[in-house]
Amino acid sequence: MKETVIDAHNLSKIYDEKTIPVYALNKVHLHISRGEFTAIKGPSGSGKTTLLNMIGGLDEPSEGFVEINGTNITELKGNELIDFRLNNIGFVFQSYNLIPVLTAKENIEFIMLLQKRPKEETDQRVLELLKQIGLEDKIDKRPQELSGGQQQRVAVARALAPKPQFILADEPTANLDSVSAENLLDIMLKLNQEENMTFIFSTHDQRVINRARRVITMEDGKIVEDTAETVIIHKPK
Amino acid sequence: MITKLIWRNLWRNSRRTLITMASIAFAVLFAILMQSLQEGVFNNLIKNVVNYYSGYIQVHQKGYWDEQILDNSFSGDVTLLAQLQKNNAVTEVVPRLETFVLASNKNITKGCMLVGTDTEKENKLTQLKNKLIKGAYFENDEDAVLLSKGLAKRLQLEVNDTLVLYGQGYQDVMAAGKYPIKGILHLASPEMNDSFVYLPLKACQYFLSADDRYTTISLGITNPDALEPLKKELSQSIGKEYEVMTWQELMPDIANHIKADGFSFYIFSGILYLIIGFGLFGTVMMMTVERKFEFGMLLAIGMKKSQLKRILLSETILIAFCGVLLGMALSFPMVYYLQENPLRLAGDLAKSYEQFGFEAIFPTEINATIFMTQSLIVLVMTIAIGLYPLWFVNGMNPVKAMKK
Repeated sequence: MKETVIDAHNLSKIYDEKTIPVYALNKVHLHISRGEFTAIKGPSGSGKTTLLNMIGGLDEPSEGFVEINGTNITELKGNELIDFRLNNIGFVFQSYNLIPVLTAKENIEFIMLLQKRPKEETDQRVLELLKQIGLEDKIDKRPQELSGGQQQRVAVARALAPKPQFILADEPTANLDSVSAENLLDIMLKLNQEENMTFIFSTHDQRVINRARRVITMEDGKIVEDTAETVIIHKPK
Repeated sequence: MITKLIWRNLWRNSRRTLITMASIAFAVLFAILMQSLQEGVFNNLIKNVVNYYSGYIQVHQKGYWDEQILDNSFSGDVTLLAQLQKNNAVTEVVPRLETFVLASNKNITKGCMLVGTDTEKENKLTQLKNKLIKGAYFENDEDAVLLSKGLAKRLQLEVNDTLVLYGQGYQDVMAAGKYPIKGILHLASPEMNDSFVYLPLKACQYFLSADDRYTTISLGITNPDALEPLKKELSQSIGKEYEVMTWQELMPDIANHIKADGFSFYIFSGILYLIIGFGLFGTVMMMTVERKFEFGMLLAIGMKKSQLKRILLSETILIAFCGVLLGMALSFPMVYYLQENPLRLAGDLAKSYEQFGFEAIFPTEINATIFMTQSLIVLVMTIAIGLYPLWFVNGMNPVKAMKK
């Protein structure tokens, strides 16, 4: 039996509760196991990002709770929640992911610095990650000197640096051209397969959906379809 | 890494950082210059007023200032003079015997202030010799007078003419005498210029039958800023039978004028700080809003708000420090230059200043306290403005911050 990483119970997010309630999420149940490569799709306003924010501990549910590796993160507050996020969840956003004044290497180091990891371990891990994403020759480049795809690869490396339980990616390929998007997906799939890293995406991008093992479809704050354990569609050669 | 981040953040928009630093520097420069100029002008005014006659401190018989009559004079005690002179903060000790008498020439008579003084010491304190416009300066052993210009004109007297003085001496003794005019003086204020007669101290004491008596001892001092402590020290050392008065007590009108003008300086400074403060606040607000997404991202990936606030505060403090140091560095040569080459009034305005015995100049004052105070005020103001991003981050929700 696969180890459950994320367990979301009866999650709801209701706006304007006292006037006309709007359900951004409506009683969502979701279980994600270790090593999954999951895409959450759906039209704009369907609740994809809200669900991701709840799983990532960035937003509080109006009802329900989220357990990560058995820890109910909905009960965590303040610095406790921040520390939990730092040590357990990796984030990749749509764009402007990186700290503009730091180099690729420093951006990855930065998150390990927040974790107060020893320098030696940090240096080793950063170089290893840069190698994995194929940017070992760009370590001293600042974000503005990197292409959009390269920046997203650095963002993935940064998300991986603290060895999180899983990585949440909010439309990571939205601003990338096809080649960059495919490259990014290749890297993420490789990390998923080699390191058994769990990835959860919200996306509109058919390229991501095509390559996901599991696709969750959302509409009006509800999961309307969950193709758990679908066949992996490999990138056409 | 954090230091690197702070430093690079400062220079990510170098033009804006430089403009912000320049506006802080300008605030410091302007505030320092304004206060240095004000203090310089006041000190010059005080120096002019005090050095023309009164001295910074005067010693009298207790009660003399309230009732300025010869019967309230005191015996010229040598030990008292020596006691005053031995104080290191005292530069000049000028004994005087002063009273009102009638001055006359033929059938013209006018009331005047007779000042019997030690001619050498008087010159050291008030540079009386420099005010001579005709004739020569008198000596201590002479029986000759120096007459103010206005009085000489009124009495139609010239150098080498004879002045007749009538008055009431010590203990109501009748006083009368005639003295050759050795010189004519141009004195500071029109009031003094119309009524002053100087006589050597011994001759004056003889004229008023007040041998070895003084009404006043005027003091020159080394440090005008330490007036009150010196007054206290002198009062304690010379005893209760004397009154020790500062120039502020002797001339309360001038002291009040300076005080009132000082208040207007605070209003101007306040307006200056407000203008510059709002300018800085606008820049800081813009910088904060521009970086909203980045702050949200940093908080989302696991940075604590306290860590982010420390970074932002450090950025502000660094900009403020650089700006303040730049301001101080720029203001010092400027203040120094204006101290050495004071702004000089010209034309009628200058003439009217000079007519009242004031130098028509606006010098600056180099004073470390001014530099420190003004810099500190601007620094504190800037740091207070820099609290805005902290407040912004404090209430920040990373999800909302990252919404486009």
